[in-house]
Parts: sequence; structure tokens; C-alpha cells
Amino acid sequence: MKARSPALQVLLGVAPILLTLVAATAILLVAGANPLAAFGQIISGAFESPRKLADVAMAMVPLLLCAAGMLVTFAAGLWNIGVEGQVVAGALATTWVALRLNAPAAVLLPLTVLAGMAGGALWGLLIGLIRTKGKVNEIFAGLGLNYVSMALTNYLIFGPWKPPDGATMSGTDPFPRAAWMPVIGTSRASLPAILLAVAGIVVIWWLLRDSQWGLRLKAVGQNENAAYRLGIRTSREIVLAFMVCGMLAGLAGSLQTTAVYRRLIPSISGGYGYMAQLVVLLSGLRAQAVPLVVLFFAAIQVGSPRLELRMYLDSSLGGVLQAGTVLFFLLVRGLRQRLSKE
Amino acid sequence: MRIEFRNLDKCYGSVRANDKISLTLQSGTIQGLLGENGAGKTTLMKILSGYTRADGGEVLLDGTAVTFASPAQAIAHGIGMLHQDPMDVPALSVLDNFMLGAGRGLAQQRKRSAAQLTELSRQFGFALDPDATAGSLSVGERQQLELVRLLALGVQVVVLDEPTTGISEPQKLLLFAALRKLAEQGLTVIFVSHKLAEVEALCSRAVVLRTGRVVGEVQAPFSSDQLVMMMFGQCFSRGGRPAAPLGDEVLQLDDIAVHTHQLSVEHISLGVRAGEVIGLAGLEGSGQRLLMQACAGIRRVGSGRITLAGQDMTHEPYHRYLQERVAFVPAARLEEGMIAGLQIREHVALAKGNGHLFVRWDEAEAGARRLIDEFRVVGQPTTRVQELSGGNQQRTLLGLLPEHLRLLLLEHPTRGLDVESSRWIWQRLLARRADGTAILFTSTDLDELVDHSDRIVVFSGGAMSRPVSAADVTCEQLGYLIGGRHA
Amino acid sequence: MAPTLLVQTISSVVAASTPLVFAGLGETLTEKAGVTNLSLDGTILLSAMTAFAVAYLSGSLLLGILAAMLVGALIALLVAWGSIALKQNQVAIGFVLTLLCADLSSFLGRPFVRIPGPSVPHLPIPGLVAIPVVGPILFNHNLLVYLSFALAIGVWLWIGHTRQGLVLRSVGERPESAYARGVNVHRTRYLYTLLGGALVGLAGATYSLSVKLGWSHRHTAGEGWIALAIVIFGGWSPWRVVLGAYFFGALKSLGSLMQPAFPDVPTQVFQAAPFALMIVVLVLASGDLKERLLALMHPRMRRLLSGMVRAGPPAALGKPFEPD
Repeated sequence: MKARSPALQVLLGVAPILLTLVAATAILLVAGANPLAAFGQIISGAFESPRKLADVAMAMVPLLLCAAGMLVTFAAGLWNIGVEGQVVAGALATTWVALRLNAPAAVLLPLTVLAGMAGGALWGLLIGLIRTKGKVNEIFAGLGLNYVSMALTNYLIFGPWKPPDGATMSGTDPFPRAAWMPVIGTSRASLPAILLAVAGIVVIWWLLRDSQWGLRLKAVGQNENAAYRLGIRTSREIVLAFMVCGMLAGLAGSLQTTAVYRRLIPSISGGYGYMAQLVVLLSGLRAQAVPLVVLFFAAIQVGSPRLELRMYLDSSLGGVLQAGTVLFFLLVRGLRQRLSKE
Repeated sequence: MRIEFRNLDKCYGSVRANDKISLTLQSGTIQGLLGENGAGKTTLMKILSGYTRADGGEVLLDGTAVTFASPAQAIAHGIGMLHQDPMDVPALSVLDNFMLGAGRGLAQQRKRSAAQLTELSRQFGFALDPDATAGSLSVGERQQLELVRLLALGVQVVVLDEPTTGISEPQKLLLFAALRKLAEQGLTVIFVSHKLAEVEALCSRAVVLRTGRVVGEVQAPFSSDQLVMMMFGQCFSRGGRPAAPLGDEVLQLDDIAVHTHQLSVEHISLGVRAGEVIGLAGLEGSGQRLLMQACAGIRRVGSGRITLAGQDMTHEPYHRYLQERVAFVPAARLEEGMIAGLQIREHVALAKGNGHLFVRWDEAEAGARRLIDEFRVVGQPTTRVQELSGGNQQRTLLGLLPEHLRLLLLEHPTRGLDVESSRWIWQRLLARRADGTAILFTSTDLDELVDHSDRIVVFSGGAMSRPVSAADVTCEQLGYLIGGRHA
Repeated sequence: MAPTLLVQTISSVVAASTPLVFAGLGETLTEKAGVTNLSLDGTILLSAMTAFAVAYLSGSLLLGILAAMLVGALIALLVAWGSIALKQNQVAIGFVLTLLCADLSSFLGRPFVRIPGPSVPHLPIPGLVAIPVVGPILFNHNLLVYLSFALAIGVWLWIGHTRQGLVLRSVGERPESAYARGVNVHRTRYLYTLLGGALVGLAGATYSLSVKLGWSHRHTAGEGWIALAIVIFGGWSPWRVVLGAYFFGALKSLGSLMQPAFPDVPTQVFQAAPFALMIVVLVLASGDLKERLLALMHPRMRRLLSGMVRAGPPAALGKPFEPD
């Protein structure tokens, strides 16, 4: 490979973002909007006040957890598109505990966390079994179950868990106070949630780098067949990877209910599972790069609803920016590899 | 067609595959191209047939310089190559394969192509079923298909790269007869091989390559010793091996049956004793692979009983076999044996580190160094295994095997390796017998089977012959058995 | 069920399955060449929105349909370029495009949400429609439905019975061998990825202009994944893919038909059913279960049936090709 000047390296590094901005500008012009104003709205919507910063931090929580989980499944060579459903499963399990159990916060909160992790892990187990026993590609298993989880949530909200005065799209009744994750002062930021997310990504980074388990996962990811021949119980490792990922995603879902909404709402996962997929791709499957990418994604996520309020534009532009950056990242990486070969 | 190479150069990374090769090949002859693995034979032939381009030098056909951008261009100039692994499409039928790449337009001319295929097959005595899928054919038959396909395209030069690897004796004779016929018709046949006997039997002239250079050109009749000297720089004798005392019975197979949708292997009974070496001969796909997989616990047996050191292991999972110290070294080293993308030290950590939560990188590193020294692997602990050469991969794979094995199963342990590497590997393998390890191996190399086995069983169409003693059997006898006849 | 009602139901299933037929056949062509275009769900959304918007603004149905096909082909071009020329993971590119196109359809489609717009006119074929049973089922539709019939036959003939089809199959099965025979592997892959993408775009247009009229947020979400599953379920064989499309179409129609009959069953069960069934069907199509059932049969029967039901993916699906 040719040595390159540092300036060029930096340019290639930010090229995906620049290209995305160019593309988004074009799209905004097509939609008849002022691009600069739109970008400005997103940025101020994410950073203008401490309140917004707290929102960004809370948006980072599920993204960090889901991305950490997905680093595990990616290491094992799996496309866990079912993360979304695992988030939902965690939220459902947590809701069940929060609505059913009557206990003081010191007991109830840890239980909601454990329930969320167990719910997500169970959902992961299901995907893992369909993949290993049913020999169905995990993309389809996970995706199909995502839709099932959505339907299940709606069923519970409009059925067994419906509030006494009638079901609405706003979800179940609020949880009892004992199931509310504590927040910092009057802000929406919850310290326990943030700490759990940080712990999640750090532990996964460490395990993947230095544990025998991480090495086994890598072996399975590179060549499932050969790993089996080397004596690794590949099916078990695959199921376990899905379960660990499900555990982290389930924790994300749990915190969405206890720390953010304090109830179960129909779209509880908020697309964070899909978004985390993009995060992990953009980080190049490296745990170290995940936090920065997550910050970028969370800022867009928190900032883009502004478009709707102030400019009557659809907030899905945020998703376009996120996915666009990843697309250009992949394409630019491909171009670099191609150029360095020539 | 007369072919001239002038100062051909070709590098792959730091390896100089062809180093200023100059050579002239006359038409109407069968030319041998000899050399051990990595001598540059295949590279040279790939340049000639358009699969790769030279870095320098030129190729002349009947005095005109040519360069081919693709194999198709080479075929248009009358040069066709048969690869060691025939370049067909296994999922398509024989006729589809025959037609693919010939003709233009939308409509197929199936009838005309079928007639042409039948006619060409008949000329050479090939029995090809146009409707069978290419994947269901033996390697020998797939070669026949490729040969008639190239001839139908009107090639004047046929290059054959190690064509006798994995084909039966009768198929070999059929192929040789066909090649002689082609040479008589004025075609140029280039026969690439590292098997002396075949070059001696077939070729009128042989060129020997070593480390990318031409080291000699010889006319028939050849002197074997001279060729070997050219190829290896030294001469080997086929000495006998020390006998090892046999111990108790290690493996007992009672009336085993294994079924796949392509083949059924039935009524296999065999007892193997500690320290014994048993060779499994036969054409590829005759059932020996299935039996090996059954013995390793990788493939479920349909009926019968597998007993390992007195324990019934019939329906036990693979991991139980590993616990019972059974090891399986598959032929596809990089696909089934090792993990491409992982380093040697990571393989060591995987192989030895079970039971620990964390990888001890210093220990893995030291273990990898020991393996590299002891097994003479050219590489570093951090070398990724796919970057190793075939011989070094095989040595690494053997180095990763646990120490005290009860049963060692090997598929083609020396396939694709040069004589020196093969000899070294067999030394290491046979040393394990002192430990009471029983060895089962498959091979299509008769010499290897006779040289290293105590007993040999021959597979043919899913049936296994009675074991014969390797000391009493001749290569000719084995050839007959493999072809499905009784000696 | 009364006979006329049954015929009506089947007829509506045929119409409702048309987009799945287009998308399934398109993806089959793409995958036969060895490329997976995973972006179907997003592509269908964006092309459905495009078809409706263009037809609404221009007043021309044909323009709307062509625009949708162009969108489908352009997205496929990104998949092809990213995976063939740039050697990036096809699944990654496809998945990112799925999300990107879905959001883009929501963003750009906002002005068109729930407004009445054009639709492809009903066009019974005179004469043929009068044939009892068959007439109303097959010949009482619009041009897009008839086009799907023609396409089904055309793709089957093309893949199985033409020289070009042979080239296509060889490229997906073993590109090295195709290359050795003078086939331009990359060009073939680009061509069929684009063609497949255009057909997926046509599927999108068929939703917004014929099957599920108009546009709304995430109008066709999930359909693309079903189409991808159908290709696997159909074992990459055109006629089985078409059959799979009608099967899933029938399931959906049955769901909405049966819902009133089972008021106790929550509606969500019917919403989730196609996706749960997708998994079940894939388990049946790819699992050991089929092998075990086959193993129980008489050998001759087994050989006959296994050829029909057993079909693996093209051997080189998803693998990049590099001529030395």
C-alpha cells in the first residue's frame, strides 16, 4: 500500500459525511426546503440546551447497548437484524415485572433490569435456535420475529395490559414510581442507565479482545465448519452470541421503559436496533470507535424532530443522514481499497 | 502450432514464479513439463492460456507475438487448458457445460451440440451422459468433458495441468490414449506433472522447471535419475520403514452403513489395532470419505456399530470422539481444517486454551513458536494461516494435533506436496505409532498407500474390499481393485 | 363458500400477489447471477412512492411506472457497484440501502400522504374473461397483472431454455468457469442486478398504482422481506418463486377474510402471521425436516421428489469474482 499524506487520510475519513451532506442538500432542494436552515435546526435541536444534551445522552444509551451486543454477533459472523425484536422483548419483560410486582424501588429496579436482560436473551435464544436447528438464515429469522414482536406489543397494549379507561396508542398506564429509574435533578438523564450502557460496551470490548470466548466467536465467524472441526461447539456458540446480544438489547429495551417513557408504548424500540446495525458498520466493527459514532447518531436522532416542528419537513431526514453516511462510508472504503491496490 | 516463450517473467508478491523462461515447443508432440510444487509450471501455462498476464517477456505462436487478455482469447487463438480441478459448472448438465461459451445468439442448438458431444466422445471412447449433472461425474469424466469441449472449439494446443490427480487407472489409460491420438493429428499437447512415471510413459520430450527457471530439456527415452536430479537436486530411494508392534484393538466397525443422497456405503466391518496404519484406496467419491467421517463422528451412521477402545460410540456426538482422542485431518485444509483469517498463535490458543476464561497471549505465542520450530513452518506466530503455502499449512495442521491420540484419520495427507515434504510428514506420522496411535488415511497415490500402510482396503462404488496386506500387494493389483475388478 | 365467492377470492389473490411476483422474479434473476440485492424492502417503498408521485404530478401512469423502475434500477446499481467493483459486503450495502430508501420515501413522500391519485385501469380481456372459472381468475384484471403472467413465463423460458440463461446460471454457479469460456462475468452481474432492480421497482409501482392505492408512511413495509424469503422458499426456480408469491398473497387475503369469522382472535395475530409463517416456511424449505421426510420414502420416489424440492442457492451467490 502506498504511503499517503495525513491530509489525504483526514479527507478520506470525513468524505462519507461530506458526501452525505451534499446528497442531503440535493434531497432538501428537491423537497423545496432550505438545506442550511434544516441542518442548523438539527444541530440546535440536539445541542442548544442542557435539556437537549441530556436527551442526546439518553439516546446514546440504547444505541451503545445494542451496538455492544451486535459486536458480539458480528464477531461470530452473524447478521443479527433481530436486535429490534430483542429490544422489544426486553421492554415487554420489564413491563410485566413493573406492572405486576409491588415492591420498593431498591428491589423492583434491579428486577426490571434482570427481567429485561432475560427477555432479550430469550428472544435471542429463539433466533439462535431457528438459525441452528431450523437452518434458516438469521436475517430472515430475526426480521420475521421483529414483526412478531411489534404485533405482540400491540396485542398486549390493546389487550391484557390495557389501561382501565381504555387502550390508546400512547401505551400502557405509567409504571408505579418504584419502577422509575432515578434521573439527575429535573433533567431526563438517568445516571444508572448511562452507567449500565458504558459498562456494557466496555465489558464487551474487553471480552472480545482477550477472552477465550471472544477467540472462539471469531473462529466461528471466520469459518463455522472449520471451527466445529477444531472442537468448538459452533451451534452453542452461535446461540450464546445471540443470547448475549439479546441480553444487552433487552437491557436497552428495559431502560427505554423504566428510564425514558416509564410505560410501554407501541413503538418502544424506536428503531434503535436497526440504527445500532448502522453504528456497528460505521465503526468498522471496532468497539473503540462505537462511542463516537453513537454520539453522532444520537445527536441526529434528538435533533431531527425539530424539522417537523419548525420547517414542516419529515423527521425521517435524520434516518437519511444516518444511513447515507454509512452507505458512503462503505463506498468510500471500497474505493480506497481499490485505489490502494492499483 | 509452434509455441515460443521468450524471457517470460511473472511475480506474485515477492515470489518469482517465472524467472526469464525461454522455451520452444513443437507441434504434433506431447511435451512434458516437469517440476515439483511451486516450480512455476502452472503459472507458465496460465500465461499461455490467458488466465494471467506476464510481467515481462513474450509468447510467440508460429512466430507471431501474442498477448491474451482472457482465456477466451487464448481459445480463439487455438489454445485451451484443462485445469487440475476441471473448470466446469458442477450444477449444470454435461450438455449445458459443453454448450456454454460456444455459439452466439439467444436460441440454443441442443440437438446439434448433443450430436457433436456424442461423436467426439465416441472417437475417444469416453462414456459421457449428456443429461447427467457435471457435479455427479468423477474427476476423470469431468476432464473428458473439458477435453471434448475444447476440441469442439477447435483448439490446436491442449494444456493439461496435473491431469492424473484423483482419476482412476482405466481413466488414465483412456486419457493417455486420447492424448496420443491428438498428437498424431498434429495437435500440440502439453502435459504438466510432477509424476515421473507418467511423463516417461507419455511424452517425447520433457522440460524441467525448478524455482521458476528452466533447468533442463530432455528427449525420450528419459533417465529417471536424471529427471529427479533436475527436479529436486538430489535423489531419493524408497527405503523400507521400521515395523511397529501392534497393540490392542482400537477401532471396531461392525456392519456400518452410511447413506447420502448420492451414495450408500454398506456392510463395512473392520478392526484396527493400536499402532496400525490402514490405507483407504479408491477413486474419489467411492465411499472412503464417508467412512472416515463416520469414524470421526462427523457423519451419522445409518446402521451398524462403532466401537472405540471397547466403548460403543455409534451415535455419540463429535465432541465425544474428540474426548476419546480421535483426530481428523481433512483434505480441504483451509476450508475445514484451519480458520482462514486467524493467526497461527490464535490457532494454538484455540487448540490448547480450553477451560480458561482469558487467552494467555504469551503462552499462545510461545506455543506457536515451538510449533513453527518443530514442524519447520515458514511463518511467524502472527502469520494468518491463509498466507502460508500448502505444505506449511499441512505442517501447521499436524502441529496443532493433540499429543496422545488413539485414532488419527487423515485425508490425502500429502496431496499437493513435494516429495521432500511428503517424506517428512510421513516420518512424523509414523512416529506416532510408538504411542499406540492407529492411523487411517485415504490417498489416490498408490505408491503412498503401499509405502506407508500395514493393510489396505479398496473402495469401489460404496463397497469396501477385504483388507489386503500392503507387503504382498502390487500396484497393478490395487489398480484393478480400484477400477472395480477383482485381482 | 359459494363457488362465485371462491372464484372472486382467487381472482383477488392473483391481483394482490402481482407485486410479489414481480419482486420475486426480479430478485431471482439477480441472485441467479450471484448477487444478493437485500435492499428490496426499501426499494419497494421508494419506488412505490416515486410511482405515485410521478403519476400524480405528471398525470401519466406510464411515466410513474417507468420512474419507479428507474429508481429500482438505480438502487440496484449501487448494490452492484458496491459489491462487484468495490468488493464490499453485499448484505451490508443492501441493508443500509433498505433503511436509507425507507426513510427517503417517508421524507420525500410526505406531500403525497393519503391523497387520492391515479390508478391503473381495470381491463378485462374480451372473450377470454367469459371462460367459466378461468376467465374471471386470470383475465379480469389490469395490464400490470397480465404483464406479471407474461413475465413469469418469460423469465422461466429465459433462464432455462436460452443461451443467455445458460450464461446467467453459469455466472452465479461458477464464475471462474464462465470467465474461462469467454463470459464477461462482471457485465453479466451488473446487467441482471439492474434488471432485477427494475422489476422490484415495478413491484413498488404495482402497489401504489394497483394493489394498495396511494401512498402513506411505510406504505409497503415488510413486503420486500417477504419477497426475499420467497426466492429462498422457491429454491431460485422461477416457477416455484411465482408459486410462492401466490401462496403468500393467498395467506394475506385469507387473513383478512377470516378475521371477521374469528372475532376473539386479536387482529395482531393476523398482522404477524405472514412473518411467522415466513419463518416456518423457511424452516421447512431449508431445514433437516425435508431431508428426514425424504429419507422415509421409497428410493425411486425420493430421487424423483428430491430433484423437485431440493434446490440450493447458486453456488457463487454473494461471492465476489476476480479474474486473476
